[in-house]
Parts: sequence; structure tokens; C-alpha cells
Amino acid sequence: MTATIPSATGLPLDRVDGHAKVSGRARYSTEIPIPDTAYAYVVGSRIAAGRVVAIDASAARAEEGVLAVITHETLPRIAEQPPLVPSLGGTAAPGQTFFPMQDDTVHYAGQQVALVVADTYEQAQHAAHLVRVTYEERPPVTTLDQGRDLAYEPERIFGGWIPGRTERGDAAAGLREADVTVDGTYTYAANNHNPLEASCTTAVWDGDDLLLYDATQGVNATRMTVARLLGLPMSRIRVVSHYVGGSFGSKAMIHAHPTLAAMAARAVGRPVKLFLTREQMFTSVGHREEQEQQLTLGATREGRLTAVRHLKLSPTSHFDDWAEPSIGTSSQIYACPNYEGAYRLFRANTMTPTFMRAPGEAGGMHALECSMDELAHELGLDPIELRLRNHTEVDAMTGHPWSSSGLRECYARGADRFGWAGRDARPGTRREGDWLIGTGMATAAYPVAPLANPQRARARLYADGTAVVQAATPEFGTGVATVMAQVAADGLGIGVDRCRFENGDTDLPTIAAAVGSAGAGMISAAVHSAATALRRQLVDSAVRDPGSPLHGADPVRVSVRDGVMTADDASESYADLLRRTMRPDAEAVGQWNPPPHDTPYGMMTFGAQFAEVAVDADLGVVRVRRMTGAFAPGRVLNAKTARSQLMGGMLWGLGQALLEANHMHPETGRWANAGLGEYLVPVNADAPDVDIELIEVEDDVVNPLGVKGVGEIGQVGVSAAIANAVHHATGRRIRTLPITIEDLL
Amino acid sequence: MSSPGPALARGDTTPAERGPEAVRVTLSVNGTEHEIHIEPRVSLLDALRERLDLTGAKKGCDQGTCGACTVWVDGRRALACLTLAVTCEGHEITTVEGLSADAEPHPLQRAFMEQDAFQCGYCTPGQIMSAAALLDEGHARDDAEIKEWMSGNICRCAAYPNIRAAIRAVRDQT
Ligand code: FES
Ligand code: FES
Repeated sequence: MTATIPSATGLPLDRVDGHAKVSGRARYSTEIPIPDTAYAYVVGSRIAAGRVVAIDASAARAEEGVLAVITHETLPRIAEQPPLVPSLGGTAAPGQTFFPMQDDTVHYAGQQVALVVADTYEQAQHAAHLVRVTYEERPPVTTLDQGRDLAYEPERIFGGWIPGRTERGDAAAGLREADVTVDGTYTYAANNHNPLEASCTTAVWDGDDLLLYDATQGVNATRMTVARLLGLPMSRIRVVSHYVGGSFGSKAMIHAHPTLAAMAARAVGRPVKLFLTREQMFTSVGHREEQEQQLTLGATREGRLTAVRHLKLSPTSHFDDWAEPSIGTSSQIYACPNYEGAYRLFRANTMTPTFMRAPGEAGGMHALECSMDELAHELGLDPIELRLRNHTEVDAMTGHPWSSSGLRECYARGADRFGWAGRDARPGTRREGDWLIGTGMATAAYPVAPLANPQRARARLYADGTAVVQAATPEFGTGVATVMAQVAADGLGIGVDRCRFENGDTDLPTIAAAVGSAGAGMISAAVHSAATALRRQLVDSAVRDPGSPLHGADPVRVSVRDGVMTADDASESYADLLRRTMRPDAEAVGQWNPPPHDTPYGMMTFGAQFAEVAVDADLGVVRVRRMTGAFAPGRVLNAKTARSQLMGGMLWGLGQALLEANHMHPETGRWANAGLGEYLVPVNADAPDVDIELIEVEDDVVNPLGVKGVGEIGQVGVSAAIANAVHHATGRRIRTLPITIEDLL
Repeated sequence: MSSPGPALARGDTTPAERGPEAVRVTLSVNGTEHEIHIEPRVSLLDALRERLDLTGAKKGCDQGTCGACTVWVDGRRALACLTLAVTCEGHEITTVEGLSADAEPHPLQRAFMEQDAFQCGYCTPGQIMSAAALLDEGHARDDAEIKEWMSGNICRCAAYPNIRAAIRAVRDQT
């Protein structure tokens, strides 16, 4: 196959859907005008543990416009509860194995106990508040302090994908041999994704066919999950999701609301719109669990690690063993003979926790990278030097070489841009007026997600030389429609302005949910495969066609540019070929099979994070003044959108470090600050300008274009760089997240 | 910083009591008059989104905390989720759909695209309505001021530095 010279891939093109978004024309899942739509409103449980004794819905039913009040007594039973499997797996992916309103049990506060459907949103909302629920209440367990003594070590976590314990060598012996040890216990508040668009579904039945407009990271995940829960044939469900107002993991798993919307629509015989409230977003789509991580490092005087021990304790639900996988990366990224990692869980009255941006690594790398900073300090080594002394060119857990790394360049180029050299490592030595100034750094690492099933896309070229490329993936801010048009244009050998990517619909070729930074890699692989298959088909057709100027040419010698196939002196355009042969278009489906799980490579994305903070010496206020991140995410498909995603991730790291905390009220088992006024996310005034360096590394293992993804890596390590900078500024190690004013007073 | 709603009392006439049942309300949005039949409890945001099919103003919280629903009432920024539609009679409402009169994008819309000042786009109409107003008000003299005046509009994708760049770009060309 002749390679066309890539010309579009990587260019910092503006988003193709930019105009739709800035003009208000982009339609999100509750914004599709459908005649006769009714509105559903969820009644969530007031209690966190116990059961529903009685529901008096008479007042609600008597309200004008109310069409139905559905409770556990009237909601149909689900056909089947699918197991908990990350949506990446390409199967049904419920967010938890408990489906609400099947009996009177209450497992967590906010659990759906009734659904009110009415003509208008206002009527449904008002009537929902008139539903009187009587409970039998038990004291809930929700917090680390309440559950610590109930903890157990699970055999596997994360839908069975990850073992509960990981060991190599002898960590205890490694710690005994160490000249220096550091040991810290890190405690993180629970976090909620809070995409600006809450989860929502509009359900429309046409006979036995179900159409769902669903805000989701994977339309197929929605379809498969709803099909299993409702006992419907897959062929009868279509899921459409063109624009999604952010997700960050909250729409990665398919929680109860799309199914409930479908059930409500069937009950009232009308299309139903179900739009969760901001408050309900804290109890309906999972969360990042509150957690405690103990990290112990042993090292020689020279700073070579002798042992890493990484233990995690966190609450899970009453029905699933779930913890975000925080202790994988710490076993892999530094050379060290001895490692021990283990999860402990306890059953709590919460939902099953779920993915949230940089799942696992956001917290796991925080503990590791704060500990490395502390070790560097103990040893009197520069933090980058300590990391270089423990640098590994192989996955320390498996011994397999990295498929690509770039980490050394990330340290070097990041340090250079940030101005790290010559840093006075002594804490508390830099002061500007009231402000103590500090700098810190951290390694970033995030695994390339393992995929199982084939990923598909379709490419169609019309006789006028324009092309449409399709895959089922939704757009939730990643810029997928823009970058995939770039990839397809290069694969076909046409201009990117002649190529449109169509997406967000289960009628299009099947692709897994875009989660875990895997979207860009797997979709580009499928799109590239489809586009190059179509190019081969067209070239073959030309060289075999006696009427073509290319007749008889060796297909391997045919190159394509701007839609013109050329071999030596002969050429013919795609458009001429199709018109001449009376074909309206040509089409090919491309399929990509991900590398098998036993591929002998470590697959990891690396980066280096740097932050400068100012801490008010009297008030404890922390301001992040600047951040630099250097990342090696493999091939970058669009430098503009990639930078934006990395920047967003880095600012998420700032939120994780200094702002984001969901506070549990231990007596009632309810989140105490379920709203954007109380759950603090970064606002414009919190966000400094962010400096990003992209280091391109080639990777021919992960996928055909060597794309490792930019969705999570931007966040990983930022909180550690900030906490390390706070230590540098003040001499204080704060081991809780978020770091608050109170911690520094 | 958007205010929860404009001062909507009109002179000395006490408005006649209406509701709680649905009433006829005339809203002038982007220069067009619309007559709708709504209960007085309907917010301006839901009137726009659910009755008039003007979905540019977004619902991010319905509680006045995110700015996604920012529109203008008589040229002043207002949070449509905290404004009752019925109080907007006789006032001119502008949404993102009406920001540029012709097919040409408003300079801010263009700058947002060029600077990649959004990802998912859900906060974007609100950001643009706030940004256009603060440029008019002269509240974009430097980054510190932009940061402060734009902090009522949450962008969970955290496009903030690019949002500032877009605002600066328009400020500096006018
Ligand atoms: S929807 Fe109005 S401020 Fe959030
Ligand atoms: S672009 Fe997604 S919330 Fe701002």
C-alpha cells in the first residue's frame, strides 16, 4: 500500500462544529423538538439506608397535568440485570448492578423511589414534591471513619478487571533494606464530575421500536444496556447522541435514567424527557469515592527505590466491588525490585463509585508523586534527578518495554519551559510581599486502555469527490468530528474540507464508548482503516479498468492527493473514475482489532507537570500562578483540540488539588453540598494561563496511527505538583485533598 | 457577574395578579413577538427552551450558580433560570440566537472558534452573552478584570484561558 503524505492530520484546525456551538444551533439530548413530549421528574430517597414503607401519591396524582406517578409497586421489573463491566468492554455497561424501584429497599440517599410524569416540566417538578414517602430508616454507613473497621480485601475490583492485590519481590524486605523510607497517608474527598449538562434522555416509542436521545459517551453502550434491562432486541433500539455537554466519566457508564425514561414513555404512551437536576447528578451517575491511600517508599542513599507499598481504603456500594484503579501505575513507572499494592473496600450506603477523569491515576499518582518529592527532599536530591535515577525503559511490573515513552524529554522540555533549573530547594525561602512562593513538579502517567472488541467505521466517497466517514461515537467535547475528518482525509488522499465525519448514532458503524482516553486511538484506527480500504478499492478499480488512464499500473505505485490518483505520468481523479463508470459513490467499512491483552509491551502515556503557587502567609490562601505540562501522547491528531483537552485536564488537576470536595453528612448519609454553588469547581478567576508542550513519540504498537490519547493525562500529577509547590512555599506537607485554607492556617 | 434578574417593575402600575393557572404571555425575543400560554411559575429559561424551541440558552444548574442560561433582558445580562418569564413582558430578550442580526457570526463567536474557547460547547452561549456584555461595559481592560467578570460563567471543560484570549482578541480589534 502506498502511503499518502499526511497533510491534514495534526494540523491545528478549528472545530468543524464550532459554529453550531457558538451560535446555539447545536442540539443536545433534551433539545430535539418532538411533538407531544411529556416530562419525567425523579423523586429521590430522603434516607440513605432502610426501606420504603409507603408512598402516598394521591396529592401528586391530583395535580393538573400529571400523567403518572410510578413507584416500585408499578414500575415493570427489569428483564435482566447485566453485570458491571466498564463500557470500554463493548458490552452492556450499567453503572452498578442495582436497578432502582424493583423493590422497597433503599441503599443510598437520592436513590430513585418514584417517577412523576406530567405535561410540563413545572407540573412534574411540583407534583414530585407532593409525593409523600414513608421510610423505615437504618443508620447509614458512608464515610471512611464509619467504615474503616468493616473493610475487607476484595479478590477483584473494577468489574472484575483488576486484581485486589498486586505484588512483586518482597516489599517488606525491600523496606527493611532501605537507607531511607518515607511513609504518608493521603486522604481525598469524594468528587463529582459535574459536567455542565446534566445527564438526560428523551425516549420515544414507535410501536415496539425505541428511539433514545441520550447524553452518553457511547451510544452502543446505552443501546446494549437498555436492551438487556428491558429485554428488547438490539435491532429495535436506536440511540442518537450528537452533542453531549461534557461527561468526564459521568456518562461513561449507563446509569438507570435512560431505562427509566423508556419505561416512563411506555407507561404514558408519549415521548418522555428526563433531565436530571444538578442536585440529582450527585446521586444518579456515580462519583469518585472518598479514599485513603497509604504510600511507603524505601530507597538507598543514592536514591534508588528498594520498595514501593501502596494501599488503598475506600467505600463501595452494597452490591459491587468497585474502586477506581489507583495502584496500577505506581507498580509500573519506576524501576524498583519490590512492590506491594492492595485495595481494601467497605460496604457503604452510596452508589457504586464510577470513572471520573483520570480514574485511579488522579489519586494514585498524587500519593506516589508527593512521596517522591518527600524522598527527594530527604535525600537532598533534585526531584527530577530522583525520578531520573529510577527511570525505567520497561514496565516495571511486567518487564516489557514501553511501546513508546518520551518521559525523559517531558522532564527536560517541561523543566526548560518552566524555568526549573537553579531552583533553590529549601522550603519557605521565596517571599513576595504577603505571599510565599513555591514550585513543584510531578510525573504524569496514564495507561493506554486495553480494548477487546473490533472497532468499525465506514467511508463513502461520492462521485463529486466529497466524502462522508461514519462511526457511532458521540461528541462530548473531544473534537472527534474535526479530528476524524482530518484522519479520513489523509487516509483517502483528499482535502479535509471535502470530508465530513458523521457520528453519534447507533445506525452508524459500531464503536466502543469513548472512555479512558481510548477514543482518539480506537476511532482513528477504525477511520483510518475504512479510509485506506476505500482508497485501495478505488485505486484497484482504476488500474483494472481499461478505460482509465491508470489502467495496468501497479497499485502499489499509485499515490493519491487532493482526490487525484497518480502513477508516473498517468492520473485520474476519484470523481472522474466514479462518473465515468456511472457509480454514484463507493464505500468501504474498516475494522480495527485492538492489540491482544498479552501484547508484550507496556502501554503508557507519560508527561511531566510543573506548578508555581503563591500562598498567603497569614491567610493560607493558595493561588496557582502558572503551570507547565509536557506530554508525550503519541501522535497528535489536531494540535489545537489536543492542547485544549490537555489544558482542561490540567485545570481539573487544579480543582482536585484546591477546590473539589463532596462532603458527606455522616448522620444522614447525604451529600451536604450537592450543587455548583457549594461543590467548588474552578472558575475563570482560579485558572491561570497554562503552558503546554507536546512531545511527539512514535508508537506502532498501540494502534495504527500511534495515538495514545489526551483526555486524562493532562490531569495526572497536577495535584501533586501543586501540593509539592505548597510544601516548597511553606514547608508544610498537606496530605489531604483538596488542600484548603484551614489546612494552611 | 450576571445579576439574577433585571429590575422589572414598570413605573407605578401594580401588575394585575395572574395565575396560578396558565396565562397568556407575550415575549419579545430577538426582535420577534411570541405569544405563549404558560403558568406564571415558568422560568424564562424553560419558556425559551421548552416553549419557543430556542435552546441556545442552556440549563446547567437551574439554580443561578453556573451562568449557562445567561441572556440579556433589555440589553442587561440576566440568568434566565432565575427570571420568571411572565415578568419579561414588555422587555426585549436577547439570546445567543439573536446575537448577530445577519448570518455573519458576531466577532466574539468568531473569536471563540479561532481561540478554541470551548470543548463540549454547553457553557458557550452563556459565556458569549456575558463576554459581549462585559466588553460593552468596558470590563475587559486587563486579564484580572476579565477573570473576575467572567467568573459567573462556569466552564467545566475549563476552557478559561482560551475564553480570555477570545475576549482579548475582540477587545483589541475594536
Ligand atoms: S442554569 Fe441558570 S445559572 Fe445555571
Ligand atoms: S465548553 Fe464544556 S462546559 Fe464550557
